[in-house]
Amino acid sequence: MMAHLLLRHRDIPDIGKLDVYRKNGGFEAFKKAVTQMKPQEVIEVVKASGLRGRGGAGFPTGVKWSFVPNNIWPHYVVANADESEPGTFKDREIMESNPFQFLEGVAIAAYAVGANAAYIYLRGEFWPVAAHLDEKIAEMEKAALLGDKLFGTDYSLRIYTHLGAGAYICGEETALLESIEGKRGQPRIRPPFPAVYGLYGKPTVVNNVETLTNVPLIVEKGADWYKSLGTADSAGVKIFSLSGHVKKPGNYELPFGTTFRQLIYEYGGGVLDDRPVKAIMAAGASSAVIVADDKALDTPMDYASVKALGADLGSASVIVINDSVSMDWVINKTIHFFKHESCGKCTPCRDGTYWMLHLIERIERGEEVEANTQLLHTVAKQMQNKCLCPLGEFSTMAVTTAIERFPQDFRG
Amino acid sequence: MTKTVTLTIDDQQVTVPEGTLIVNAAKMVGIDIPVFCYHPKMEPVGMCRQCLVEVGRPAIDRATGQPVLEDGKPKIQFGPKLETACTTPVSEGMVVLTHSEKARAAQKEILEFLLTSHPLDCPVCDKGGECPLQNLTLAYGPAESRFLYSEKHHAEKHVPLGDKIWLDRERCIQCGRCIRFQEIIAGDPVLSFYQRGRDTDIITHSDPPFDSIFSGNTTDICPVGALTTADFRFGARPWEMKAAASICSLCPVGCNLTFNTRREAKAGGKVVIKRAMPRQNEQVNEIWICDRGRFNWHYVEDPSRLTHPLVKKDGKLEKASWSAAIEAAGNQVKGNQVLVVASGRLSNEDLFNLKQLADGLGGEALLYDSLPGGELTTRYGVSAGTNLGDLGAGSAILVAAADLYHEAPIWYLRVKAAAERGANLVIVNPEATRLDKYAKKLVRCGKDEAAAKVRELAAELTAAENLVVFFGRTADRNLAEDCAALLQGREGRANNGLIGVWPRANDQGAWELGYKPVDPSTGSGQALAQAVKGKVVYLAAADPAGDDPQLAEALKGAKAVIVQELFPTKTASLADVVFPAQAFTERDGSYTSGERRVQRFYPATPPLGESRADFAIAAAVAAAAGLEVEGRSALLVMDKLAAAVPAFVGISYRKLAEVTEQWPIVGRGDLYYGGTTYENRQGLGVQLNVSTFKRSNVVRGRAL
Repeated sequence: MMAHLLLRHRDIPDIGKLDVYRKNGGFEAFKKAVTQMKPQEVIEVVKASGLRGRGGAGFPTGVKWSFVPNNIWPHYVVANADESEPGTFKDREIMESNPFQFLEGVAIAAYAVGANAAYIYLRGEFWPVAAHLDEKIAEMEKAALLGDKLFGTDYSLRIYTHLGAGAYICGEETALLESIEGKRGQPRIRPPFPAVYGLYGKPTVVNNVETLTNVPLIVEKGADWYKSLGTADSAGVKIFSLSGHVKKPGNYELPFGTTFRQLIYEYGGGVLDDRPVKAIMAAGASSAVIVADDKALDTPMDYASVKALGADLGSASVIVINDSVSMDWVINKTIHFFKHESCGKCTPCRDGTYWMLHLIERIERGEEVEANTQLLHTVAKQMQNKCLCPLGEFSTMAVTTAIERFPQDFRG
Repeated sequence: MTKTVTLTIDDQQVTVPEGTLIVNAAKMVGIDIPVFCYHPKMEPVGMCRQCLVEVGRPAIDRATGQPVLEDGKPKIQFGPKLETACTTPVSEGMVVLTHSEKARAAQKEILEFLLTSHPLDCPVCDKGGECPLQNLTLAYGPAESRFLYSEKHHAEKHVPLGDKIWLDRERCIQCGRCIRFQEIIAGDPVLSFYQRGRDTDIITHSDPPFDSIFSGNTTDICPVGALTTADFRFGARPWEMKAAASICSLCPVGCNLTFNTRREAKAGGKVVIKRAMPRQNEQVNEIWICDRGRFNWHYVEDPSRLTHPLVKKDGKLEKASWSAAIEAAGNQVKGNQVLVVASGRLSNEDLFNLKQLADGLGGEALLYDSLPGGELTTRYGVSAGTNLGDLGAGSAILVAAADLYHEAPIWYLRVKAAAERGANLVIVNPEATRLDKYAKKLVRCGKDEAAAKVRELAAELTAAENLVVFFGRTADRNLAEDCAALLQGREGRANNGLIGVWPRANDQGAWELGYKPVDPSTGSGQALAQAVKGKVVYLAAADPAGDDPQLAEALKGAKAVIVQELFPTKTASLADVVFPAQAFTERDGSYTSGERRVQRFYPATPPLGESRADFAIAAAVAAAAGLEVEGRSALLVMDKLAAAVPAFVGISYRKLAEVTEQWPIVGRGDLYYGGTTYENRQGLGVQLNVSTFKRSNVVRGRAL
């Protein structure tokens, strides 16, 4: 197995200490960027690397950076450390154990887009992580890795952490920005996109923690090296958060293109109680449910291949469901979650999740199961393509696919 | 010139300014796209998702950058998703389908979602009959619900948001219009959402709750019956009421109103006013009114109102016939110099006739509400073509010695908006005001220093292309003159001029008609006390005796006292003859606003008792004194007035009743769009020109 690129603490236990991180090449990439590269050159390298956003949407990172206009100032970089998708727990491990690589990524991104301030937005429950990062940021300031006139240049940068208040929706980038601004965590209408109208109405790049943690490696080792990892459409490595009915749940850093079967059986030690896999949710609670047949199990986990299964890889929080579970139970859980987390801003999500909850509860009580299942499917379909932000859309994914792909689980 | 864009909406070709939102472009050609959260006076938020439509754009060949042609026409590409018409700006060649099968289905489905949480208590809801949700459900919604009634979300139904506004949390559809109005338009961000998801509620977080003088407007733009006024709720059904156009009588802004009336049993079968609603006049109040205007008209129905003439007999006021009272008054004034003391509560017609009476008898007409500088506004005041809504970048606005928020709330709104559009707002005031936070410059100084401070600011202010100066209640003569001096050379230019923040609705009219101030330099009390001595004093809509015991004493020294009034005031009790006057809600008339706009009001209810209009009473008394004064109708008085007073040249009741198309379109069958504000079909009024005669030397010469 190759050495970890993101979860480097698993190979170098003390990488979370500044001197250890620096001894292992830490902050050389940031220094190189600031002292030897123009911001545009940094963007070009990241573009050429094929790095795509790890938060779920998979948007090309360098392209996102290049959208930032140079006639509106100041610019901001925001690291999305909300990590609110059920089943996702990769960013926390990075921030807890390999914090400097992440912070270096933030710093390089900030330099690339001309930002002098960067924010790390963490979910409220991550307050110990935020405190930990604050310490690391202070150490960086002390070591002149943050602050004014870095490496003898005119470039200045400061990084701040910001805690959320317990809302899944604040993982959505525009709701996150509202939250930093001290407003209700509710998504904004897009366009305009944050790259043009972001934090405090200024051009802002919002990137996931894992995405940013890749950046120092790309700047250090080059785009070609990075592209050589992973698959054609999905370059590099990915941390797969594996949970559910597996013997060894946890984070697994693997190249894109690893199959579900490899993840579950080779790395995850197989299915709990050695029962057959029934279904896979590859993107946490927001997933379309994948029927775990042989074809699915042998599908390489990259953006395009998973899409071909009628699902999305999302943030790669792979939830494994064995045959002991009926899918109505699963969507009961997801609907509860989304009904609870709906911000209430748009009608279809606010009223749709509430309606779906009542329908699934009727189904769970065994009341007119077929009619209510049909109505539940209709209501979920009726919500689709109408919501203001992806949350409402995500809330329907498991519902429609579970009903369509596991009809036997919805018979009274 | 604004760039225009041509697009097609439901087979109609439309050309609109670039940046126009689809929903508005459709509206301009009479196509209704249903909305709940969108309001034409506020930025879109795209929350309710009701306005989903199909949007196609010309396909562009990536290689050439040219439109792809299909049968010689540009190929139109429709996106996979419907788009919200309220957030999407138009673009060249766009094709919008608002009534396609796909769009109609989505609109119906959103309505079904909204109705799942709505209590459907229309039969007992104040909004029923003028409710956007009700109307749009009929037009676009499903006929039945697949949602079980027993599973409906329940919430509190009677929540006092403040002392003026009630909230029904169940009826609320979370469109946020009220919150956004308070935050963006009123600048009183006292409402917000609380909780989330299906539990989202509207709350107020100010102390006192819902602390805003504009709160009533939220009930106009609320698209359901969630927000109702304490004053009107459960008062009447909308379809039972008639509408009468009026003008607010409470401050010099001159907001256009509509009074809703009905005949009701509890009033003994009489026609009574049930509520005051805003009437659109984009140059005056747009579609808003303040809470004073909305709720403080009740004095007209106060049971203490005078209903018949009174004549003093043996030292006591006794009920008399009109002819006896007129005769008594005629005998008092005949052959005497009459001192008319009238207030700006009266209409132009009343003030004109009262002045005729004074002039005809060799007397004098004084305005009881005297602030300095009235005559300056007739020369340096704003004039035809002025609209505070046009001021923005490049304009300067000075507010001196006035608190617009409390004294003329709608001017506060309009000046605030102008400042937000980039106008250079400067405030010179002894105390903090709510307008301060929009000012580019704040000068906090006492009354004595104000004039000097204004002189210091002269260079900066006069550099602006347009300059509007408000001066108010605490201004002294020096300050008024220094304010006027800023405007030298701008006389008669649209969007330039002086505006007095007068205490009464028609003080401006009195100045225009040549009323003299009671000299304020000595304090109005003393000056007036001197003036009344030994005179026949004719008081109209003024109660000096009630305001100042010294004046009550002085009036006893008058030769005779004649009073026209609504109420049995202290002054009336001292009178020899008292005439019952009609309230402005009971008669025709016109006011001249502080922006020098002459506007008509119309009768809403029949007159109380034997009361008569002030102009008619004055004319009758004049006739008894041998003078010829028109008193048959307000319309005819206005004709005389226009012939006699140069500033009013060309004004007639017909002219005042003219309307032109206004944007946004409100008050028609489309309540969902702009709210329940009334459309203006009764007249936008006419703004006066500046008198061009004797312009020189009004302001003492001063190097600017």
